[in-house]
Amino acid sequence: MPDTVSFKFSVDGEDFTCAGQASVIVKKNLRQLGLPPEIIRRVSIAMYEGEINMVIHAGGGEAEVKVWEDCVEIILTDHGPGIKDIEQAMQEGFSTATDTIRSLGFGAGMGLPNMKRYTDYMDIKTEIGVGTTITMKVNLS
Amino acid sequence: MTVNGLLEGGDFKALSLVEGEREISGVYIGDLLSWVMGKAKSGDAWITIMSNVNILAVAALTDCACIILSEGVTLTEEITRTAKAKGINVLTFSGSSYDAAVSLEKLL
Ligand SMILES: Nc1ncnc2c1ncn2[C@@H]1O[C@H](COP(=O)(O)OP(=O)(O)OP(=O)(O)O)[C@@H](O)[C@H]1O
Ligand SMILES: [Mg+2]
Repeated sequence: MPDTVSFKFSVDGEDFTCAGQASVIVKKNLRQLGLPPEIIRRVSIAMYEGEINMVIHAGGGEAEVKVWEDCVEIILTDHGPGIKDIEQAMQEGFSTATDTIRSLGFGAGMGLPNMKRYTDYMDIKTEIGVGTTITMKVNLS
Repeated sequence: MTVNGLLEGGDFKALSLVEGEREISGVYIGDLLSWVMGKAKSGDAWITIMSNVNILAVAALTDCACIILSEGVTLTEEITRTAKAKGINVLTFSGSSYDAAVSLEKLL
């Protein structure tokens, strides 16, 4: 499809204070494109959870959002430690977050389940010691 | 009821008031950010005791009408400035999250 609009972001792994910024920008950009509010909400929440995970668990990464004719695709790539057991990580309540991170309100173990719930497609590719790539899609129709 | 309307009662105080005419259509209480992300609805007043900068992104993305900080919790000056810059309404309430919800229930 030639008419793809895409946005790319580098997500800083050090900085908690601006974590989530890429998702807020994506929300604005999608609003400007005139996408339905419910789609925008689902995309930006799913992306936020993935973005925060890259900051908290993987030392940062890259985020890309592509607006296709029939869906919005979110691709999150990091070079962090990888996920040992995807099935376990997907369970509500499972978290390896430290106490410091929990004190900020993260670490409920709800991020990945939210990503699954808010998207129509989700794929996790991960390798221990190499990194993780998560692809999500929200259908436009 | 709008955010301005809520402020008129006097129990809630404005810390960052950028969109006073925003309509409040519901309430969500929670301090774990991913729960809020998963459950809060657009137009909700979000009651929390969390006061770090990450609540601003959560409020922006869930599209809540305002954040209500209960238990007398407040924001640092810097985070208050950020809230204003990002267009997030933030109110404070001296009582518990429960008391804040009870007050809202009477007003909504
Ligand atoms: N990009 C990633 N790299 C490495 N591990 C990850 C990554 N994303 C998630 N994980 C692992 O999966 C677990 C579950 O993730 P999930 O987002 O559901 O919960 P959380 O981030 O711990 O808490 P919450 O999202 O509720 O704040 C994490 O605790 C972490 O161990
Ligand atoms: Mg998470």
